[in-house]
Amino acid sequence: MSTEATVELALDSPLNNRKREPAQTKPSAPGPSLTVTGPSTLKPPPAKTFEEVCPDDPEEEEKDAFELNIAVTNPEKVGDGMNAYMAYKVSTQTNLPMFKCKTYTVKRRFSDFLGLYEKLSEKHSQNGYIVPPPPEKSILGMTKVKVGKEDSSSVEFVERRRASLERYLQRVVSHPLLLQDPDVREFLEKDELPRAVSTQALSGAGFLKMINRATNAVSKMTIKMNESDIWFEEKLLEVESEDQHLRKLLSVVETLVNHRKELSSNTAMFAKSVAMLGSSEDNTALSRALSQLAEVEDKIEQLHQDQACNDFFILAELFADYIRLLTAVRGSFDHRMKTWQRWQDAQTTLQKKRENEAKLLWANKPDKLQQAKDEISEWESKVTQYERDFERVSATVRKEVLRFEKEKAMDFKNQLVRYLETLLHSHQQLIKYWEAFLPEAKAIA
Amino acid sequence: MDAGIEDNSNQDFSGYDVRVTDAAQNGDTFVYVIKSQQISSDTEYRVEREFEDVEWLHHCLLTQEGVTGLHGIIFPPLPAKPGPSLSNSEAKTKKKIESLAMVDDWQMYCRALEEYLHLVTAHPVLVKNPAVHSFLKHREPPIKTKVKKGIFNKLTQAVGELRKEHHKDIDDFFQNERDSNLTLTAFTKAAAERTKRSQINFPVALCSSTEIAIACGHFSTALHLGIGQDDDPADYAFAKMCLKLSEVLDTVKKNFEKVAENDLNTLGFNLELYSRFQDAEKEMLFRRTCKLVDVETANKNLGQAKPQKKAAMEDIKKAADTEFDEISGMAKVEIQRYHRERVRAFQKALIELSDSQLQTARECCVELKQQLAEFKQLCA
Repeated sequence: MSTEATVELALDSPLNNRKREPAQTKPSAPGPSLTVTGPSTLKPPPAKTFEEVCPDDPEEEEKDAFELNIAVTNPEKVGDGMNAYMAYKVSTQTNLPMFKCKTYTVKRRFSDFLGLYEKLSEKHSQNGYIVPPPPEKSILGMTKVKVGKEDSSSVEFVERRRASLERYLQRVVSHPLLLQDPDVREFLEKDELPRAVSTQALSGAGFLKMINRATNAVSKMTIKMNESDIWFEEKLLEVESEDQHLRKLLSVVETLVNHRKELSSNTAMFAKSVAMLGSSEDNTALSRALSQLAEVEDKIEQLHQDQACNDFFILAELFADYIRLLTAVRGSFDHRMKTWQRWQDAQTTLQKKRENEAKLLWANKPDKLQQAKDEISEWESKVTQYERDFERVSATVRKEVLRFEKEKAMDFKNQLVRYLETLLHSHQQLIKYWEAFLPEAKAIA
Repeated sequence: MDAGIEDNSNQDFSGYDVRVTDAAQNGDTFVYVIKSQQISSDTEYRVEREFEDVEWLHHCLLTQEGVTGLHGIIFPPLPAKPGPSLSNSEAKTKKKIESLAMVDDWQMYCRALEEYLHLVTAHPVLVKNPAVHSFLKHREPPIKTKVKKGIFNKLTQAVGELRKEHHKDIDDFFQNERDSNLTLTAFTKAAAERTKRSQINFPVALCSSTEIAIACGHFSTALHLGIGQDDDPADYAFAKMCLKLSEVLDTVKKNFEKVAENDLNTLGFNLELYSRFQDAEKEMLFRRTCKLVDVETANKNLGQAKPQKKAAMEDIKKAADTEFDEISGMAKVEIQRYHRERVRAFQKALIELSDSQLQTARECCVELKQQLAEFKQLCA
């Protein structure tokens, strides 16, 4: 499924096959690769045909593929009690010239990832870039791990977090601008990172609150903004609608996961009662058939369990990721608003300064006049700059959104194909089980 | 094809082919449509019967006169009474299943009655009961007198009777049978209960997969509405994907439904029937045990009888002995027949189970393969 394609535009880089969990049944295709062209000038995106957007053409030439593979593995508990934390191994494999070595292996903890996000967001969000958000903090989940609870829910929690951190990093490095950020390189390369301290604000609830506050503040501005480009208005509405639907889908998938788990335990109990029935049965052929049936039902129970896992790890996490990402998208719109507001405010100030100058002229106060003139030219240049900023940020937001949507489509496609494959595999197994059992049933009489 | 009233001089006891083709709620009662045809004849009969008529038939079977060793017969269990005779919690659960799974209850009732009638008409002794003949052939339902309860339902009688249940047997064959009946009944009931439990769960899982399919459908519709001509092809592809996903989830939902149905119709039905049948066997064994107690009591009384009562006691003892022997004779045959039939029916159910589940899994695979191929073709 990996497509290697080179795209002309620097800000456009398709993210191909994401690294998948070991549980996948599909034969492993060549690892995820990322094609990145070197830094180049910004160009408006050429009108893309459908074919160009989905480069599945096998004749596409394989240029020198610049590769960067990232894996997050080996979660290990470090320390004891409430000060314990999980350390994850981050392995990077690359032939990009900007890196000194071909491979790196470093240990990172969750707060390091949050710290990385904070730095990137500080630098780039205000310019309209969509900075991928990290996974959420979970006090409950981590507490269980810290106190050493080895049950299936904490194992699941750790695995969920590991996979989520991996996807986070992959999204970061697939962004051509972020990849070039020295903080990213430091994150991947440096052995020891200074402990990120101010990540409290980025706990799940805090993070969302921050965004929501910003969004609410800005949505009041939306009404006032004279939108010159209807594209932004429409896009924002789309994003909000998608967000709603994804939330609905997520909650429904979570219900499905729970039901499958219930189904699984019911099947296990049924298997037991069939086994008991078989053992109390006098007729030997029937007895054997019944214990075979009990085994089949046991295997089916396992299938249900596995499918519930897939429902969750693939489908639910996909929806959850995109709900978080859409928040980041809304954030970039907000930043655009802010730059607009700044420009408007500057214009207002300029106007005031001009009025002030006029007043001074009329009141004939030549000494203050020079100052007034200076201020006017200062604000004139500010207005020009802020206007340019606004246009630049608008262009960036637009490009980012288009890039995001392309990645989203591909991401969904990959994950949904993966999900479908697990469903298919599950049913193929079912066929095998029943095919094996049928002759046993026939052999009774 | 409707036959009028036939006279009873037609003493044809050959096997029947019985089908219960329909059932409907008629006000308060449930009415079954029963079609039957005797193997030996071409005439097909069609009658309508209420559950009361079935109960009457059952009563007639239990109280048939002039049959040697009647007590030794394992009577096919009466099917469950349809409708509000269920206990409160059962009714609530049933309601839940009905509303969520939309399983056609009436089909289950029909099948249960059909099975009962098969078992009755296949029984070499019971088929000769004229009540069977009139039940299947007469247009008018039989005249019912008030059913005298309790002659044969000794197990449900006074506590004093229950004591006899554990009375030691004189015959190893029967003692073993009584013991194994106990364990087998318990396990069969447990397994039947578990299948029912799964039936409750399946509809709930079904419900949530329906919900997902619907939510996905809404999503896809919303996306499609937003797509214009000039729009980003990625948007278009995304919308298509969500549509495909809702199709897949629909397949999953239908699969849940089918799997539950298969379980219910094959193994579920069989376990339910045989847990009742086990009870019927238990009742028969109990009747025989009670007769054994009577025999032993008669012997004891004879031994202790005063000379003037000796002759009367002797007669009582002889009657008890004869009855006991007749019952035991019939019982032995019945038991062997019962187990043969039980194993055969179980095998049939297991074959049907694996056949149907195999079929369902194959169908699902075909659909999923198709959908996967379509998905892969969708460009992202």
